[in-house]
Amino acid sequence: MSATPDLLYSDVEDDLRATVRDVLTDRCPASAVLARCESDEPYDLGLWRTLAAGSGLAGLLVPEKLGGAGASAREAAVVLEELGGAVAPVPFLGSAVLATTALLGCDPQDKRVARLLEDLASGASVGTLAVPLTYGPGVSFPQTVRADADGVLTGTVTSVADAAVADVLLIPATGPEGPGLYALASDTPGVRVAPAVPLDLTRPIADVTLDGARAHRLAGSGPAALEGALLAGAGLLASEQVGVAQWCLDETVRYLGERRQFGRVVGSFQALKHRLADVWLEVVSARAAARAAADALATGSPDAPVAVAVAQAYCSTAAVHAAEECVQLHAGIGMTWEHPAHLHLKRAKSSELALGTPGHHRTRLATLVDLPAAG
Amino acid sequence: MTTKTTATTGRGGLDAEEVRRRVRAFLAEHDPATTDRAAFLRARFDAGLAWVHFPEGLGGLGAPRALQSVVDAELTAAGAPDNDPRRIGIGLGMAAPTILRFGTEEQKARFLRPLWTGEEVWCQLFSEPGAGSDLAGLRTRAVRDGDAWTVDGQKVWTSNAHNARWAILIARTDPDVPKHRGITYFVCDMTAPGVEVRPLRQITGEAEFNEVFLTDVRIPDAHRLGDEGDGWRVAQTTLMNERVAIGGGAVPREGGMIGVAATTWRERPELRTPGLHDRLLRLWVDSEVARLTAERVRQQLAVGAPGPEGSGLKLAFARLNQAVSGLEVELLGEEGLRYHGWEMTRPETVDFFGHDAGYRYLRAKGNSIEGGTSEILRNIVAERVLGLPSEPRIDKDVAWKDLPR
Repeated sequence: MSATPDLLYSDVEDDLRATVRDVLTDRCPASAVLARCESDEPYDLGLWRTLAAGSGLAGLLVPEKLGGAGASAREAAVVLEELGGAVAPVPFLGSAVLATTALLGCDPQDKRVARLLEDLASGASVGTLAVPLTYGPGVSFPQTVRADADGVLTGTVTSVADAAVADVLLIPATGPEGPGLYALASDTPGVRVAPAVPLDLTRPIADVTLDGARAHRLAGSGPAALEGALLAGAGLLASEQVGVAQWCLDETVRYLGERRQFGRVVGSFQALKHRLADVWLEVVSARAAARAAADALATGSPDAPVAVAVAQAYCSTAAVHAAEECVQLHAGIGMTWEHPAHLHLKRAKSSELALGTPGHHRTRLATLVDLPAAG
Repeated sequence: MTTKTTATTGRGGLDAEEVRRRVRAFLAEHDPATTDRAAFLRARFDAGLAWVHFPEGLGGLGAPRALQSVVDAELTAAGAPDNDPRRIGIGLGMAAPTILRFGTEEQKARFLRPLWTGEEVWCQLFSEPGAGSDLAGLRTRAVRDGDAWTVDGQKVWTSNAHNARWAILIARTDPDVPKHRGITYFVCDMTAPGVEVRPLRQITGEAEFNEVFLTDVRIPDAHRLGDEGDGWRVAQTTLMNERVAIGGGAVPREGGMIGVAATTWRERPELRTPGLHDRLLRLWVDSEVARLTAERVRQQLAVGAPGPEGSGLKLAFARLNQAVSGLEVELLGEEGLRYHGWEMTRPETVDFFGHDAGYRYLRAKGNSIEGGTSEILRNIVAERVLGLPSEPRIDKDVAWKDLPR
């Protein structure tokens, strides 16, 4: 085991949080998110431009010499907490985390890789990593797309997060040189991106079909680049889940502090208070786990796979529980379309599947910490 | 890119370097190899190296608490004896902070030194058979008699009463006002006439705790801690420290009960089943997350920014200890049917790891009861952390003597 992780927030991280929160409070109220999610534009690309270019969030993980902020997973985690709390419909996870870390796992000295990173970092383009959102660290390299010697791709990738707004797709495919990552523009002939109806209205998914689409195999790419991106994505998703859970707790506490039945504020009933105390304990525990994962990713700790698996196994479940309690304790109003609780429930439940289920991460831990299965 | 302020510089420019210098100077004068243990500990107290965050003259340097680790590391490296803190936890964790905050100068000078060196063991006379979660409903009476008090009543769940020289005691001094207002806090001499200690046997078979019967026990008024009628407020300091003491403590990964279960799992493949595997992994994750949560609290304290998370730690560890020890008994199969023995012993400390799984399972049941039940702790979290209103109370504005019982 490595050095003790720094589990607190630095002053810089606190400032970053305040900046993001200001933008989201102003531009991303729950009513606006709700109105947008059934429109033709489920993503708020105006908001994304503000966050990506204006606040520099798209390039947080990109080194300064490639036009990024040269920050680390610790800062990206803080941003994700805020984006999760607001269920903001922006492609941060797909573009600034998954696509970016996949590219960083290739050869950043390579001109094409460097240019792709620069474009993602500046917000000039949106990217995503074309794997099913359910793929987590430790899965075998996807086999659904084949590449020929010229980089022409054939196959399909289903349930890709943020694909509908991605200008650039990074596609794991197997070609004559073995498995690697292939980049193409989403308007390349032979590429079809078909949005699916998502359970999570604020993180749309799409199916990508490649029918003889010309792509470029990225220098230095291979299974390790994909694994690194999935590990970073899973670890950082835990912080988004903390944000979702914290919102659910805060809103429920606020509502139960106002709602009256039987002549009393319902938040004074022990049966409800105890449930909220349990949610609170899970949220503060999830925060510690998510911070540990972010710190391990930021410092390149050899313990990162364990920290990420722990954080995902715990935070997924904590967020779902917080969201379920939010709906139940709001009762009637929580069941309406008008109230935003369902947006958080849908995000929490989808995120439980995203980047590996809690069960997947526990199975990973069985190997990582030497607790082998029976038989 | 992480920046933060760490509270490691205290009054008088005391920093880690200066503290280290003082420890080394102290060690140069008091060689642990040749100094008598008690003499060494007394000298360490007098040098302000006992608890550096205490004031000068009372075993401390008025330095930030975080610097204590510097002292401890230096002394441990030099092979110095310690004060066996596990044996005197109630004195260190509960009596001392209360005496420091509410005691007179005479009380601080009299009690803190032998408390810290372990020459005088302390116990706590709070809970009663009729006052557990509703501690403020206690009925042990203290009646003023000149410059002393006469105390009558019964206390329970008193660990170390049979070894203790002193006790912190709360008793009712005014039954005519509502319950929280009629309590006074005392220091009770456990060797005084009228103090009778009887072992209280518990579900593990042993007797860690005692019942204490108080019959016409005289306590000089000079041993009152805080004002008459202010005992409830004084007791809050004690109880807050108790919860920190029970929930706190940095541990390495697998340092808690999960480590025992994990080791058994690794060493005895014949015991493994798929169902137990899933439960073990869930509890392993929960244990690791609880460890990280405790570590986060520790880091918050170290930078002088305590968060409310500490209130939840005891809840988490109680649940985990119970679940993990329950799993362990099941995992052991036939061996889980057996117990090391039901003879009544008188342990001085809780030793989870020196016993078998059945003991851990039984003893852990107390973790959600002692030091505030998990139900009371949930109320505290809901009311003090989340700000939710309390249940309507029928006993708040009624004189204690008029409460239904």
